[in-house]
Amino acid sequence: MTAGRPGLLLRAGLALLTLAALVWTLFPVYYMVLLSLTPTSDLFQPGFWVARPTLANYVYTMAQDNPFVRYFWRQLGTSLTVALWTTVLVAAIAALGSFAMARLRFRFRRPVSGLTLFTYVIPSSFLSIPFFKLMADYDLIDTKLALVLAMVTFASPYALWVLSDYARSLPPELEEAGAIDGAGTLQVFVHLYLPLIVPALVAVATYAFLYAWNEYLYALLLLTGEERIPLPVAMSNFLTTDNAPWNLLMAVSTVYSIPPVILYYAFKRYLVGGLVSGAVSGG
Amino acid sequence: MGPATPAGGLPAPSRVTAVPARRARRLPLASPTVQGCLFTAPLLGLFAAFVVYPLASGLWYAADPASYRAIFADPVFQTTVANTAWYVLVAVNVKLVLALLLSGVLDYPFWWIRLLGALFLIPWAVPALPGILSFRWMLNAQWGIFNHVLTTLGLPAVPWLAQRETALGAIMVFHVWKYLPFWTVIFLAGRRAIPPELYEAAAIDGAGPVRNFLHVTFPLLRNLYLICTLLSMVFTLGDFTVPWLMTGGAPGDSTHVLATLAYRYTFAMGRLEWGLATYAVALPVTLLFIGLLLRWVRL
Repeated sequence: MTAGRPGLLLRAGLALLTLAALVWTLFPVYYMVLLSLTPTSDLFQPGFWVARPTLANYVYTMAQDNPFVRYFWRQLGTSLTVALWTTVLVAAIAALGSFAMARLRFRFRRPVSGLTLFTYVIPSSFLSIPFFKLMADYDLIDTKLALVLAMVTFASPYALWVLSDYARSLPPELEEAGAIDGAGTLQVFVHLYLPLIVPALVAVATYAFLYAWNEYLYALLLLTGEERIPLPVAMSNFLTTDNAPWNLLMAVSTVYSIPPVILYYAFKRYLVGGLVSGAVSGG
Repeated sequence: MGPATPAGGLPAPSRVTAVPARRARRLPLASPTVQGCLFTAPLLGLFAAFVVYPLASGLWYAADPASYRAIFADPVFQTTVANTAWYVLVAVNVKLVLALLLSGVLDYPFWWIRLLGALFLIPWAVPALPGILSFRWMLNAQWGIFNHVLTTLGLPAVPWLAQRETALGAIMVFHVWKYLPFWTVIFLAGRRAIPPELYEAAAIDGAGPVRNFLHVTFPLLRNLYLICTLLSMVFTLGDFTVPWLMTGGAPGDSTHVLATLAYRYTFAMGRLEWGLATYAVALPVTLLFIGLLLRWVRL
């Protein structure tokens, strides 16, 4: 906007702000990686760089060669399984729902919308205790299914929102083309609607995966025991002992952070686009 | 709640589209309302089973006035209410003011600003837990980098996470670090939706950056800003992960927020009804905020 002739003072000010924002943003991440490369002998000598970097912590993690990372691969697998199931179910449920919300003359659209927005807004922790009790009543504690159900419930509203928003922008010829071919609603949904919403579906699937991958509270409540917990709960269990190997913990942290970081940057355009159209059109 | 689609069992209503209403009367499956219900059935089933039912059963168990008498008499609960109010008011507002200003910086069309814009998203991309762990080690009283710098400069070391004020501060600072990028991106999109003609008109009147902001940008972003404030306050009111992993309520249960205290009541003390009552106390405020949001946001 001020693109014309920004003064030198403005540029200098911006550069200073940019530098401050960059240090603020990157330092904790840099420190995490730095610590993961620190040998145990240097762990208690704080500094801004590491004198003798080592990959030993990653080797211990990958080889499960330390009591703290004994079940590393299994815990990673649990995180991945839950996230993938959540992704598939959220994509399916939101695709079906968005078709009704955006393309059918559906009489109950407003109440469904209201309930969806309510679920999106209410903090999931408010429902955690009754949800835990419900799962205990059905004997589903310590099953991945319980966690998947929770994640699907809380990731669906936003997914529905993004997909419906996208679907409304599709041309009305969609149904007309279907009518000419004599296709029923289900055929229109499968053959005409689904292929057209693929970009939004990618955004929604990424969102659902990240939601489940990053979840902590429900994972803590619903899964117990070293062999069954997902990675974040295992990491937080490091904190319960006084002599936690922090460099090893940071190696696990780094590994745990890599999939979401890759997904964010790979699908950044979709994620930001979806979020923003929702938020801005809301105003 | 399997992946089975209810529409899977739907006999293909051949030659019937969403349009003709006359046929709809004869074939119930062809009516858009019935079809709409079928397509939204998985979603509604999910909400009924895992949102409406838990909420109702939670309120049912939380209905005993004795639970409220017990928790209101608990000094930890009183501290917790104050902590939660501070957390929500300070962290959210500091974060959103910074996000609004920073979105202005990111809106300048220089290549190095675009690069910053990309790197700036990292805290949003990294899950909360690794970030919190990194903060915790930096704040470690003996071996943390902060105290290392302080003692090198000849200043006294600070027991950051071992006293209430600085521990709460750490929770708030982390919240700002983690969620600032998300809201900045939202505000940046809001700024980019403002027609450039408005700034051109302002430039003719000789407006500088400050007057641009006060007279063009902010009035146009005000609604978005208010919605974001409400939304972020509701989300933060129920935050468990950040306070739990940063302090776990320590030292001496002085840094709990509602969600961590409810967890402590329910799982450490076995007082399910106290845990539910703790959330129920926050429900009126939450519902008020949600009500305001529902009025402002079109879905």
